[in-house]
Amino acid sequence: MHGINILFKIFVGFASFLTLLAPLRVSHADQSAATAPPPPSLFQLDEIAPGVLVHQGETAMMSASNLGGIANLGAIIGDDAVAVIDTGGSLIEAKTFLKALREKTTKPIRYVINTHAHPDHVFGNGAFRAPGVIFVGHKNLPQALAARGAFYLSAFQETMGSTLEGIEIIPPSLTVTDQAILDLGHRNLQLVAWKTSHSDCDLTVMDQASGTLFAGDLLFLRHVPVIDGSLLGFLDVAEQLAAIPAKRVVPGHGPAVADWPNALNDQRAYLLRLTADLRNAIRKGSGVSETVKTAGREEAAKWSLFENYNARNATTGYAELEWETP
Amino acid sequence: MSRRRLFLLGCFVNLVALGTAAPPYAQTPGQDLWPSLSKEFFQDRPITENDGVVTLDAPVRAEDAAIVPMRLRFEGPFDIKSAMLVIDQNPMPMAANFTLGPKARVGFIETRVRVNSYTSVHAIAETLDGRLHAQAKFVKAAGGCSAPAVKDQEQAKAHLGEMRYREFKSADPMRREAQIMLRHPNNSGMQLDQLTRLYIPAHFIDRLEVRQGEDLIFLMEGGISLSEDPNFRFSYAANGSKTLSAIAHDTKGNVYKTEWPIAEAI
Repeated sequence: MHGINILFKIFVGFASFLTLLAPLRVSHADQSAATAPPPPSLFQLDEIAPGVLVHQGETAMMSASNLGGIANLGAIIGDDAVAVIDTGGSLIEAKTFLKALREKTTKPIRYVINTHAHPDHVFGNGAFRAPGVIFVGHKNLPQALAARGAFYLSAFQETMGSTLEGIEIIPPSLTVTDQAILDLGHRNLQLVAWKTSHSDCDLTVMDQASGTLFAGDLLFLRHVPVIDGSLLGFLDVAEQLAAIPAKRVVPGHGPAVADWPNALNDQRAYLLRLTADLRNAIRKGSGVSETVKTAGREEAAKWSLFENYNARNATTGYAELEWETP
Repeated sequence: MSRRRLFLLGCFVNLVALGTAAPPYAQTPGQDLWPSLSKEFFQDRPITENDGVVTLDAPVRAEDAAIVPMRLRFEGPFDIKSAMLVIDQNPMPMAANFTLGPKARVGFIETRVRVNSYTSVHAIAETLDGRLHAQAKFVKAAGGCSAPAVKDQEQAKAHLGEMRYREFKSADPMRREAQIMLRHPNNSGMQLDQLTRLYIPAHFIDRLEVRQGEDLIFLMEGGISLSEDPNFRFSYAANGSKTLSAIAHDTKGNVYKTEWPIAEAI
């Protein structure tokens, strides 16, 4: 009797395991039909400095065909453990990233650091969820994810389709208010939480051993800068960043690695042009709708995705700067 | 007036009830919600579209989902009693309802709204004879990481209730042109996250009254579809008053009141 009972339990356990598998298999079939993940060899993960790996995202809008893979992603390997910096724009991209990372190191991933709340940087978090993995972010990141996570999952349905499957919005369990040091074993990462600039939850990571600064979206190259926080804050924080004695920088978008602090020049020029145009228009009493058609346009030829973001930046900047006028 | 307030409250209660049943972003894009919205707001009253009484200027694409400018223009004989702005696909579609001052001869009101997804936007004006007039525009959703959320919660809290007034050179010789700006997060209170359990409570401007001297220019009754830092640019016929005043009320019961001497146009 006892034996039958155990057998029955095993059977029930197996049956529920099968039911769990069924929907997973269906969704996997869907995914491979629509957007099969590229083989790992195509997921380029370059060692830009000893123990510093970077994947360069495509300069594009997130889409099903690029698997949301538009942001630069990184990993830093210490003596004992690994820190991942941003996880990508889909679960599929993140799994491929993890697989490529595992080909480079078998050390445990201790930290997953999100540089801010935008989908191209956090949608892959789920691939890294495992016992012992600590998600790290700016003190405002949980609130930003709470306010935006569900909206992003819905808003990207149209462009990402089935690539959105399985994405979980995972908030940080370790938050940074001002600064923090993460120890990977004879390798310290210095994390800095900034005031509202690109967004209201930007965090930078400085690898002291190699002198590599991961700027997140506080630095854009080629890809026009995006303002989702404060135009003046962005200008100010970028100037503070310039004082960091780094040897090289990994921008949030653009080439995997760039010279520091010269890499800030193009972004500064764009943000200053936009600020000057907006202030001038506001002073003259020009309304928001007409102003955003012209502000910053002088910079158009210098940037990718200018038409996707400039009017938006101008709108955000206009609403901020009109409070300057008494 | 009290009937309208009750009716607005009714809309909000319906919405809260709806909010518990479905996530706020669950609307199917492309589904025409106007027939049911129109029934809810105006019952079966006939609405004449595109007759020129009210014109809606809306951008083709929402650039920043959190700040989308919308301008309601009123043409011709000034017999408009009130005008409503409806963002069909938003969680709380009624962005604002404006009651116009009987002597203010308001030529236009421009404000900024949040746009969650591809949506029709309706401007509906009621004339003194009780007839309804409307114009609709279609607005494409913002792309990229744009979200209809507050950009800086701390900043919003730090400056809560600050107000600004500006007077502009008017293109219309019959009217002055002015702007009232108010610092307020205008939080929806629907931003409950299942994982973080973080909840940002509803806190928004539900009423703003703008007057020149004693005379009403407009009364705005609004909801969470209005952008943070609610902003109104409008034209009005001067009555000779020396002052302009604004009284705003929010859902926590705060009252913000400021009076300014009417400035020379810049």
